[in-house]
Amino acid sequence: MKKVSFAHMGYSYLGFKQLLEEMGFEVIVPDNPNASTLDRGVQYAPEFACIPFKTVLGTYLEILDRGAEIIITSGGVGPCRAGLYGLLHEKILRNLGYEFDMCVFDPPLTGLWTFFRKLRKILKETNISWLAFIDIVRRAWKKLKLIDELEQLAINIRPYEVKKNDTTRTFNQCLKIVEKARSLYQLDNAQMECRQLLNDIPQDRSRRPLRIGIVGEIYVMLEPFMNLDIEKKLGEMGVIAYRSIYLTNYANSDILSHGTMDIRRIAHPYLNQFVGGHGQNSVGETILYAKNGFDGVIQLAPFTCIPEIVAKSILPKVSRDFGIPVLCLTIDEQTGSAGVETRLEAFIDLLCQRREQMEAKNNESLLFGY
Amino acid sequence: MSLRIGFPRALFFYSHFPFWQAYFNRLGIEIVTSPLTTKSILNNGSREAVADACIPIKLYHGHVMALRDKVDAIFIPRMIKINKHTTYCPKFLGLPDMVKGTLDKLPPIIDINVDISNNLWGLWSTCCGISEILGCSRRLSWSAYLEGKRYQKAYQKLLLKGYFPLQAMAKLEGKPIEKHTNSGKLNLAILGYPYQVHDSYISLDVIRKLIKMDVNVLTLEMIPANHLYRLSNNLPKRLFWHFSNLVLGAANYYTLHKKVDGIIHVTAFGCGPDAMVDKLMELEIREKSNGTISFMSLSIDEQTGDAGMATRLEAFIDMLHQRRQKK
Repeated sequence: MKKVSFAHMGYSYLGFKQLLEEMGFEVIVPDNPNASTLDRGVQYAPEFACIPFKTVLGTYLEILDRGAEIIITSGGVGPCRAGLYGLLHEKILRNLGYEFDMCVFDPPLTGLWTFFRKLRKILKETNISWLAFIDIVRRAWKKLKLIDELEQLAINIRPYEVKKNDTTRTFNQCLKIVEKARSLYQLDNAQMECRQLLNDIPQDRSRRPLRIGIVGEIYVMLEPFMNLDIEKKLGEMGVIAYRSIYLTNYANSDILSHGTMDIRRIAHPYLNQFVGGHGQNSVGETILYAKNGFDGVIQLAPFTCIPEIVAKSILPKVSRDFGIPVLCLTIDEQTGSAGVETRLEAFIDLLCQRREQMEAKNNESLLFGY
Repeated sequence: MSLRIGFPRALFFYSHFPFWQAYFNRLGIEIVTSPLTTKSILNNGSREAVADACIPIKLYHGHVMALRDKVDAIFIPRMIKINKHTTYCPKFLGLPDMVKGTLDKLPPIIDINVDISNNLWGLWSTCCGISEILGCSRRLSWSAYLEGKRYQKAYQKLLLKGYFPLQAMAKLEGKPIEKHTNSGKLNLAILGYPYQVHDSYISLDVIRKLIKMDVNVLTLEMIPANHLYRLSNNLPKRLFWHFSNLVLGAANYYTLHKKVDGIIHVTAFGCGPDAMVDKLMELEIREKSNGTISFMSLSIDEQTGDAGMATRLEAFIDMLHQRRQKK
């Protein structure tokens, strides 16, 4: 059987691994990206490609060295550059002398027939029926959803944890449980068990964590290595960091349909045009966070990401109009963990002071009436 | 006094200005362009615009700032699509919003969508929208639209003949302009987005420099656009961006026809699409020409120095001369 691999993106590899394994492929699971992955990617990638491109290229180099024969990846509709990454990755790797098959899946709505043909080609390799395939997809999908749910739960619990690092440890334990579960029944059980485990973490509910929304480009948001584990960092600083994108809801809204229209409608007064990627979403979600009374917003963007640059130049205006502080973190291969930490700490200090001032103001007005 | 509308001399100025000039003039509106790029315009732009934007976008901000006190309104169309295959770079798509979000004390901005992907009438629907905003009659707008089209056609013709955009615009206004005659030994294709190559300040006058070195300069404007589109379609997936397709098509054209000794790609620091286009060009040219055509990519930013650029060009030209002699 052919050896198949794919790019690493957050914890989604668990779902893809199961999907491909049950289809009968030999799966090469990519390791978590690390500094050396990035270094290898940077070496061969164009200088101004964004950091997801470089990391993914590094990952491909690693998995090809481990013997992968087919790489499965996603395409896109543009005008974000990510839609062409499959094409350029393939060209660069072939130029380096690697032999492999690259299978780029564009969103089905851009061409149902091509999507179907590519899928059929993959299925022919394995000789499984369409019916069996649907069942496999259903289970992998459920697994991905479960992982997203657990991530969300962990984010909500982390700021309250009594013992530092408890949540992260439990979450990793949960991932192992989820990895073992395969059938729908087992996944249901795993869901109950993991929820229980996470909720059982000793918590100090008297704390009042800040609430920060995270917006930005999908890959740096989902991949902990890229965003320097920002959710964990923020959580341990006592902040609930709501993330606007999870893989499964993104797949539902943007890959299988034409995007989240309500977010676009909210962004309308500021950015009245789809600019590719998550540019318009970043603007819309910032407004939504402001309206829901969040304390601040952090924008995560890879360096030279075009849609996020557009969003970044509009966000100051949104920030002024809605009175919500926005911190833009631009991430490239030079970004150091300590620098980001310092900036986050300063931002959080500001937000804490701001909250205190606002509360003092509110109390004053109450007393005045008295 | 007639209305004065500003048109920044950047980005789509070099490819679409004659149409809009003729259109607005026919409507009885004076159209004011910003001056040629100067150091202060670039500095203003890079001070105000978002830090990681590319140079052309920063420059656009600078040109808008140069215009904002002098005109009654500024025309910043949102260029979305001008054919059914491709769109413009996301920064063009968000341009009016970026300018409004970044600069203050702006006069009213006419930010109408230019999207002619799925209608038969081309720019007419956009023109309708403008005439509505300005309160002109449809009939006047129609004749202005036709005039604009005629001008644009004449402009494209001049470009195909080998005039550079600014020369062609001057010629359209009736000034006696002689186009440069090709007499040099070497043929070089200078490819890049028109707003990058033909802005003599940010390109550090690369074209003039090369002409002085006795080089015949070829650009992508000298080939019909639909021809370029056909040539750029040899990839498994078409590039998303209009100008990038033109550049890639031109690279393919000059490589296939073997009329050139070398190709220089002029790119802006931080240009998103160019990160892809540059690498693709490099690989394609190497593959198709078997190393007979030399390729150099010049990346330009605010700090690029004139002397450094001249040295690189001289070295490149020397190398090409040597190569010729060996053959």
